[in-house]
Amino acid sequence: MSGSVLHDVPGPRGRRRIAIASAVAALALIGLGALVIRRLAANGQFNSGKWSPLFNPGDKDFPDVWRLLGGGLLHTLTAAALAAVFSLVFGVLIAMSRISAARWYRWAVVGAVELLRGVPVVIAVFFAAQVLPAYGVRLPLLWYIVIGLTAYNSVVISEIVRAGVLAVPKGQTEAASALGLTRGQTLRVILLPQAFRSMLPALLSQLVVIIKDTSLGAFISYEELLRRGLITVQTLHNPIQTYLLLAAIFILINYLVTRLAIYLEARLSGRRSGRPVPG
Amino acid sequence: MGVITDNLGLYADGLLGTLKICALVAVAALVLGIVLAGFRVSPVPPLRAVGTAYVTLVRNCPLTIVLFAFAFGLPEVGVNGSYFIFGAAGLTIYTAAFVCEAVRSGIGAVDTGQAEAARSIGLTFSQSLRLVILPQAIRAVIPPLGNVAIAMVKNSAIVGAFGVGGELYSVANTLNGARGEPALPVYAGVVLGYLIIIIPAGLLLLAAEKRFRVAR
Repeated sequence: MSGSVLHDVPGPRGRRRIAIASAVAALALIGLGALVIRRLAANGQFNSGKWSPLFNPGDKDFPDVWRLLGGGLLHTLTAAALAAVFSLVFGVLIAMSRISAARWYRWAVVGAVELLRGVPVVIAVFFAAQVLPAYGVRLPLLWYIVIGLTAYNSVVISEIVRAGVLAVPKGQTEAASALGLTRGQTLRVILLPQAFRSMLPALLSQLVVIIKDTSLGAFISYEELLRRGLITVQTLHNPIQTYLLLAAIFILINYLVTRLAIYLEARLSGRRSGRPVPG
Repeated sequence: MGVITDNLGLYADGLLGTLKICALVAVAALVLGIVLAGFRVSPVPPLRAVGTAYVTLVRNCPLTIVLFAFAFGLPEVGVNGSYFIFGAAGLTIYTAAFVCEAVRSGIGAVDTGQAEAARSIGLTFSQSLRLVILPQAIRAVIPPLGNVAIAMVKNSAIVGAFGVGGELYSVANTLNGARGEPALPVYAGVVLGYLIIIIPAGLLLLAAEKRFRVAR
């Protein structure tokens, strides 16, 4: 930890103190773990009936459970993919209209963006699921979650895109207008392609948010992974084990997306300026 | 829009309920998040590992699953509580991971040279931390922490959707779900309630950012 601002490189006494603190912390962690395991065991949470349908391929319920959960995962990924694509498309359109809007209606775009950013995404999903049918727009449940997620995430993405476009060096815009490109052409042909590269990590972080928020579909009965998990719990009576599995699946997917974002960030920023990548 | 004006009291109660949950969670998550950030920058490897593992796991897990795991998992091992307790605890656990990252990034934003300069003019560890590093770190932490707070207010709606009564989201449930009032004005009122909290919070944050901006 020589790079830390908070402490020097430890000397012999410091190292001894760190070793003692490490031992104490490790013991405390082991103790805590043992306590949790004892509590779980005392409540019969290690009975094979609670684990084996989820984790043991030889179990008679295993194929059914995984057909259910696998289908749920597929629905989750479908909703996430659709919401991500629509959010990106609308996000770029909103950003373009905010950047290139004439003054007299720019305030309307800015107002709409700021308003939508303040709406909780779960409300957006319920809004879609409750209000649209009240006005005769009946869609499959998938589309309510996609509409809700898109409404929220497209404005967030539009801000990412706007920041990315504004970060492109000014000379690019000047060169484009010197060539006689219109403002719209400059944006489309010159600025957006360059901005996209620097935006990629931020966009992937937003993808993690979208993937997590698809689980809100469970509240409107869309049968994504969490909803299917609830159904599993009802028959197997093993909430701890099932939620552990669901959490692990989400964490794994999102962890991979996050790693990809970090990798791209390191590569892109390294190529651009040669500055060291902050770890 | 008659539904909103007729039920103004209900909406006001919901607004207060949301503010109550948010205040509770904000304090708890701030404390837990700062402790975790302390773990993450500490020289003790096991603590660092705990901090890193916590942040990686919790940040990548949907809040909804944390809430369901708390409310239906904990009673299985004999831990019982109201939905309010489980909801607030789940939101705290979730928010703390983001607080931790905000605080850590604030500490990381202080230039190494500052600490080196402080030591070289003879300040002790506690002096350099108190007089040089923390004042700068706190300023750098304000913008990301403010964003975490705003996200927390919005996430409290998920806690509401989960069934904790008496906050803004549950107003929609009562009026639209139970009493059958038309959906559009009911939800518009709820959205308005959240905007009443979030827009001033955003403006306040903007002002704070301007006020505490550090020249680097």
